[in-house]
Amino acid sequence: MPLDWMWGLVGGLMIGSAAALFLLMNGRIMGASGLLGGVLDGSRRGPARSEALWFLGGLIGAPLIWHLLRGAPETQLTSNVAVLIAAGLCVGFGTRLANGCTSGHGVCGISRLSLRGIAATVLYLVAGMLTVWLFRHLWGVI
Amino acid sequence: MRAGLALIAGAVFGLGLVVSGMTDTTKVQGWLDLFGAWDPTLAFVLGGAILPMAAAWRIAARRREAVLGGVIPVQSDAKITPQLALGSVLFGVGWGLSGLCPGPAMASLGFGGWQGAVFFVAMCAAMIAQPRVTAALAGVR
Repeated sequence: MPLDWMWGLVGGLMIGSAAALFLLMNGRIMGASGLLGGVLDGSRRGPARSEALWFLGGLIGAPLIWHLLRGAPETQLTSNVAVLIAAGLCVGFGTRLANGCTSGHGVCGISRLSLRGIAATVLYLVAGMLTVWLFRHLWGVI
Repeated sequence: MRAGLALIAGAVFGLGLVVSGMTDTTKVQGWLDLFGAWDPTLAFVLGGAILPMAAAWRIAARRREAVLGGVIPVQSDAKITPQLALGSVLFGVGWGLSGLCPGPAMASLGFGGWQGAVFFVAMCAAMIAQPRVTAALAGVR
């Protein structure tokens, strides 16, 4: 759709505003994998843990309410269970090993010109593009 | 107060992911499909997200302290490590396969069907296992 880029920009500004709010008000980095992973593996304790849980509650709850009010679109995710599990494992393991994902390295890292953030973003973008090329155009799996 | 702001930040993040199209896996895979029908929308998402955050870092550099208390984490001079590189490549492979990264995986949990739930459980399992696996591998070496 021709207006997709505009919605992308509006949504992007919302994502960045949420990250700015969390940083300036709470003094915390808005990285989705770090917040979830730190709660799961127990490395986040005390207020850092409870604030992460509140954040994750908003992250899961607000879109859920939005979709209950507006009607949920059907998911476009693949129904290939092997692909879903493999993808989930790669994303979970990779983001924790690299200490960040699209929000932490991409949004919070690049915006302060962090070398680690820029390097991580280039690597996961290139890996993602090669994966789609291999699995979609070469092997036709996805 | 801290909890309320964390909840609001999470909610705005989640709605931003939905509005921008990041929870639409077709769109995300379209962005990664550089050699096919490329969809440039995500460049606007990332660009839009970086703008307010770049301003926030400038403010943070002056204040050093968060409004509700606590030190704002400043830039670390951490180096680009093999872990960073390997982890990012692995993440990219999973992102390409599914079209989901951690934020949108959680934002779409409420409407992602059983497929989204399977992905989320696998992702959580790997997140719990990662520190142990890495430590075990380091022990072998």
